[in-house]
Amino acid sequence: MSESSLAIRKFSDLANPTRFLALADRVLPWLAALTLLVFAVGLWLSFATEGDYQQGETVRIMYVHVPSAWLSMMCYTVMAISALGTLVWRHPLADVSARAAAPIGACFTFLALVTGSLWGKPMWGTWWVWDARLTSVFVLFLMYLGLIALNRAMDDPSRSARVSAVLILVGFVNIPIIKFSVEWWNTLHQPASVIRLDGPTIDPEFLRPLIVMAIAFTLLFFTLHIAAMRNEIWRRRVASLRRQAARNAGREQLSP
Amino acid sequence: MIALFFRDLKLSVRAGGGAMIGVLFFMTVVAVIPFGVGPDLNLLARIGPAILWIGALLASLLGLDRLFQAEREDGSLDLIMMQETPLLLAVLVKCAAHWTATGLPLVIASPFLGLFMNMDEGAIGATMVTLLAGTPAITFIGAVGAAVAVALPRGGLLVSILVLPLAIPVLIFGVSAVYAAIEDPAPFLPPFMILIAITLFFGVIGPVAAAAALRHSAD
Repeated sequence: MSESSLAIRKFSDLANPTRFLALADRVLPWLAALTLLVFAVGLWLSFATEGDYQQGETVRIMYVHVPSAWLSMMCYTVMAISALGTLVWRHPLADVSARAAAPIGACFTFLALVTGSLWGKPMWGTWWVWDARLTSVFVLFLMYLGLIALNRAMDDPSRSARVSAVLILVGFVNIPIIKFSVEWWNTLHQPASVIRLDGPTIDPEFLRPLIVMAIAFTLLFFTLHIAAMRNEIWRRRVASLRRQAARNAGREQLSP
Repeated sequence: MIALFFRDLKLSVRAGGGAMIGVLFFMTVVAVIPFGVGPDLNLLARIGPAILWIGALLASLLGLDRLFQAEREDGSLDLIMMQETPLLLAVLVKCAAHWTATGLPLVIASPFLGLFMNMDEGAIGATMVTLLAGTPAITFIGAVGAAVAVALPRGGLLVSILVLPLAIPVLIFGVSAVYAAIEDPAPFLPPFMILIAITLFFGVIGPVAAAAALRHSAD
């Protein structure tokens, strides 16, 4: 058996929700502990490093703002991959994953918008400007809320998953627009300074806490995501058990 | 397919179709603006193109939830899905018919509303041309939303919420093309070309996604 088909079989083994629950139970405590540890290091680094000579202490907002902005895009990418999984491979956990990721992504986007606004007031002199990056992230936030509303509007989870998967894939158009908005248009928001072809242009003094915080936020996302998926599976089981119980109760009343 | 086009057109123009309600809504939205910002003719002339575009955007969202819902209720949607021609093509034709019934009247009505807004001839012409190029994109995007919400009992408001974020680029480039036509230094063609590109792009993505959503929501 070749290596890739083994990997595929491992992946489709996870399609069994019970196996996924067992794995989640084993992984979650470790992941949560690791997240806490990296967050402790990251926060300590964020406050121990020096402030910027120009921005002063407000530069520390960056350590929350930039990772949450990254995650708001990564979360949508995870949702788009899950949507592909729903539509193409009919992976039973993919719709659970997409559904569980939407509120988390909305939270991170909201966090990025709020911290950016708090940072913009002292630096740009305004809470909000309608430039390309800010507007496209705001549109992303609206799309998350629309997807959550759509998920809640349908009572049949499998059908709502397939339908919202289509919408997630259409909305994925926005992600490259957000990423490159600072390069295509001349905006107030600064261009990318960490992930560049010619290396980061940001000083190592700020880069170190930023990287650690980015890792911490990513770990936090995966912890929350796995926990939310677990909750979603349990919620569906409870719902189907309740339906079963209601059916049985009706039958018992009829029989005597 | 041509029969489907004319059937949809007749259904939406005749009694109970509600194609004219869109134009009426467009006129009402534009007429409300001077009450809000005051009857300052210079100000109205400056914001006129943007007002017309926003009005047209809202008006074309208004009728979208009926795009597939009426067909689903009387069962003809299942017939459309079962026939030989691909569903993709049927969706495209339905979009074209919907645009002819609701989008085209908006384009035709826009010059008269432009006069109300004290816009000069160049601005009126530019608004009309950009609306002609841009409103099909809104219909195509809306078809995805309408197909997604077709199974919902009360999908109308949800369609607007889902569609509006995606329609924002159309609005941005439509309005910027109009302002480029009025103000001299900025060239008209680049934003207009991008607007046409958006329309063509969603002309492909929209029917594909709408057909996929329809097929999945039909159990």
